[in-house]
Amino acid sequence: MSSDIRFTDFKSDKQPTWCPGCGDFGTMNGMMKALAETGNDPDNTFIVAGIGCSGKIGTYMHSYALHGVHGRALPVGIGVKMANPDLEVMVSGGDGDGYSIGAGHFIHACRRNVDMSYVVMDNRIYGLTKGQASPTSREDFETATTPDGPNQPPVNPKALALASGATFIAQTFSSNSQRHAEIVQEAIEHDGFGFVNVYSPCVTFNDVDTYDYFRDTIEDLDETDHDRHDREQAKDKILEGDKEYMGVLYQDENSVPFEEREGVEGSMAEIPDGAPEGAMDLVREFY
Amino acid sequence: MPDDLNWAIGGEAGDGIDSTGKIFAQALSRAGRHVFTSKDFASRIRGGYTASKIRTSVDRVESVVDRLDILIALTERTVHENEDELHEDSVVIYDGERSTMQDVEVPHGATALEVPLKRLAEDAGGAIMLNVVALGAACEVTNFPIENLDESLQKRFGDKGEAIVENNKQAARKGQEYVREEYDHEFPYDVETTDEDYVLLNGDEAIGMGAIAAGCRFYAGYPITPATDVMEYLTGRIDQFGGKVVQAEDELSAINMALGAARAGARSMTATSGPGIDLMTETFGLVATSETPLVICDVMRSGPSTGMPTKQEQGDLNMTLYGGHGEIPRFVVAPTTISECFWKTIEAFNLAEKYQTPVFLVSDLAMAVTEQTFSPDTFDMDEVEIDRGKVVDENDIDAWLDEKGRFQAHFPAADGVSPRAFPGTTDGAHMTTGLEHDELGRRTEDTEVRVEQVDKRNRKVETAKEQEEFDYREFGDPEADTLVISWGSNEGAMREGMEFLDQEGIDVRFISVPYIFPRPDLTEEVQAAETTIVVECNATGQFADVIEHDVLQRVERINKYTGVRFDADELAAEVKATIADATSTQEVQAE
Ligand SMILES: Cc1ncc(C[n+]2csc(CCOP(=O)(O)OP(=O)(O)O)c2C)c(N)n1
Ligand code: SF4
Repeated sequence: MSSDIRFTDFKSDKQPTWCPGCGDFGTMNGMMKALAETGNDPDNTFIVAGIGCSGKIGTYMHSYALHGVHGRALPVGIGVKMANPDLEVMVSGGDGDGYSIGAGHFIHACRRNVDMSYVVMDNRIYGLTKGQASPTSREDFETATTPDGPNQPPVNPKALALASGATFIAQTFSSNSQRHAEIVQEAIEHDGFGFVNVYSPCVTFNDVDTYDYFRDTIEDLDETDHDRHDREQAKDKILEGDKEYMGVLYQDENSVPFEEREGVEGSMAEIPDGAPEGAMDLVREFY
Repeated sequence: MPDDLNWAIGGEAGDGIDSTGKIFAQALSRAGRHVFTSKDFASRIRGGYTASKIRTSVDRVESVVDRLDILIALTERTVHENEDELHEDSVVIYDGERSTMQDVEVPHGATALEVPLKRLAEDAGGAIMLNVVALGAACEVTNFPIENLDESLQKRFGDKGEAIVENNKQAARKGQEYVREEYDHEFPYDVETTDEDYVLLNGDEAIGMGAIAAGCRFYAGYPITPATDVMEYLTGRIDQFGGKVVQAEDELSAINMALGAARAGARSMTATSGPGIDLMTETFGLVATSETPLVICDVMRSGPSTGMPTKQEQGDLNMTLYGGHGEIPRFVVAPTTISECFWKTIEAFNLAEKYQTPVFLVSDLAMAVTEQTFSPDTFDMDEVEIDRGKVVDENDIDAWLDEKGRFQAHFPAADGVSPRAFPGTTDGAHMTTGLEHDELGRRTEDTEVRVEQVDKRNRKVETAKEQEEFDYREFGDPEADTLVISWGSNEGAMREGMEFLDQEGIDVRFISVPYIFPRPDLTEEVQAAETTIVVECNATGQFADVIEHDVLQRVERINKYTGVRFDADELAAEVKATIADATSTQEVQAE
């Protein structure tokens, strides 16, 4: 690991094909900054991405990376980290990817608490399939497949995370690049599952949850007296109706990562040329 | 026919049938006798008929037969369920003092041996030991030295304390004495012991043991019958070798975790059964396109849907061979014996890593729940060889960097196999994806690159065909007119069935095939035979279909899909009938 790593080292030579103005540009830049700031380099970093415009992130970044199937990025990240805890693992994807098809994995990743970060680009729409309702879309948000709106309340991912035992829950806004990068950095540094929901506007298909909307509504928790270590306060903030927050909503100070609790030490990549020492004892057990 | 003894205990689920069978099987094995067990169980935890059967001989036994010599009947139903297998020398042991057993009629002139199991168990310290009383009675009937039971009782109850072990030994002796004193009957059984040392294990355990031997370090799975034993075996044991088992939230997660671990460089595996394979199929294509080595074990049970979860079937062949959208290069390896479960698991890991491809390791319920004795050197760990394929490190990675210094993880090598750099390797950072990609792993829709990458991935199979031996095992007379082909656990029943056929003067050549894809080309063998019969536990003959496809010739089929495995005499009779049918049709056609 070299100390003179800059965030541009995490950029691949592939030009993003995101629409000009897409929130995902800012989200990605913040992720790269946070990785560099935390002393990582591309050769010790593993990025797992989901499917969607957001999921393309692994392609535009430079590291060890896997762009998987829709909704299953989290378990891949868990497998990578379990097999080699020395790697920095970051998982990323969209709100559809994470809270719809992948919702089951999300809940269990929160409670499993593997030491990795999960950055969700929440644009409250399905971007890549050209504008259908996502699980975070508003109840009355009209799309081609929901002409009268989804007619059901949006998922509250932070509440889901808190209820599932997540040990780090934060929210950022991709346009506020400085704060976004800082908070992702905190998620990386957190000992356990660092979950960050990023408001990352889709300029093409979502004309409700726009940059202006977030800029006008968002409240920075740093400017309030919110105590991130107080679960009750976090719960109240998270369940508050129409408010949009930026900052760390909750962090469990006593978090111990799953792999540590399970006693996983070091990489599993090295194995002997033959059966491991003592393997014959396995046979003797069957006497 | 080996001079064998067939023993069974039957009752309701929850009656301790399984553990009683296990105690007796271990006692026999420790006494230097070969053992082959089978189970008949319903898909419920309490209630429902359950039986544990043991066939034992001083010679090797490879299958079940439809004959019972000693039956311990804990319920009346047990007698009815096994009626057809009893004969005039059979002995049925049951508790005649139980109200539900008063009217038991033991058929076919078999001996009804009433032993007050419950009362004697209470005398020894508790009614719960009534099964052990029955074991003691069975020892007396079969003239099997009861001391052999002691060690397996120790093994089973040791962690409950010495007092419990002692009580159980007493219980067994009470059963023995009761028979000795109350029946001055000469039983025609004399179960010999030998000095041989055997180990006793089932197919799932053999797969788990093979995985550890092969250096598997990560296992993620979701419980499902009959694959759970693989996971249970690995749990705790794999940790001693630096590995970990993770119980995932579902099969989608399990295979993705296993994929992640494999990409991090660990030898990695998941195991499941039919319904789980369906769920895993989504990621199966990603495993192949990302060129990740992964062993996916399918312990087949009866399907489709949730089917009959505790019953035998070999219905997933097509699924493993063709499952997944698009075209996916893969290996499908199907062990045919319990010892092969061990060795083929090791081979599966080597194939996966040498060719960076998913490998289906296909077993079946009959093999998973059967325990069989082996000489310990059957699993000689010194024979295990590990081949990790083209792994590059800091020292040789330069050869695989492009002009801009980027690692070409999907380089279209002539043999179809690209270099592999584990994460953490300097200069190895690279992307991979389930999208079509170029040599750098970057998404592409370029027509030439698409064709190049598809060809490259498919070329692995061609290379493997040149480098590996996808062979078969052969038994019987290579010149025989009749060729029988089977896959999976039917091998044992067929091998023993051949002895019955031999007694009837019927010669067969028998080929047992442990490779579904790539598989041996059997064209010459089929052409040399007058009649070819493919034996399998499914309704449509999935393996017969692929053989017909390969050799462009019709074959006869024996299919069993009752949920119960073939037994040796039954299979022999079916083979005989099929030959007769086929010969008469051939004659009609010749006229
Ligand atoms: C199994 C499966 N179902 C459906 C799709 C089609 N699909 C691709 S992206 C996507 C939605 C992505 O939405 P989101 O995660 O919000 O990401 P965004 O594009 O908005 O960044 C869908 C449904 C797929 N690729 N795989
Ligand atoms: S469609 Fe929306 S989410 Fe996708 S790239 Fe364009 S702006 Fe971004």
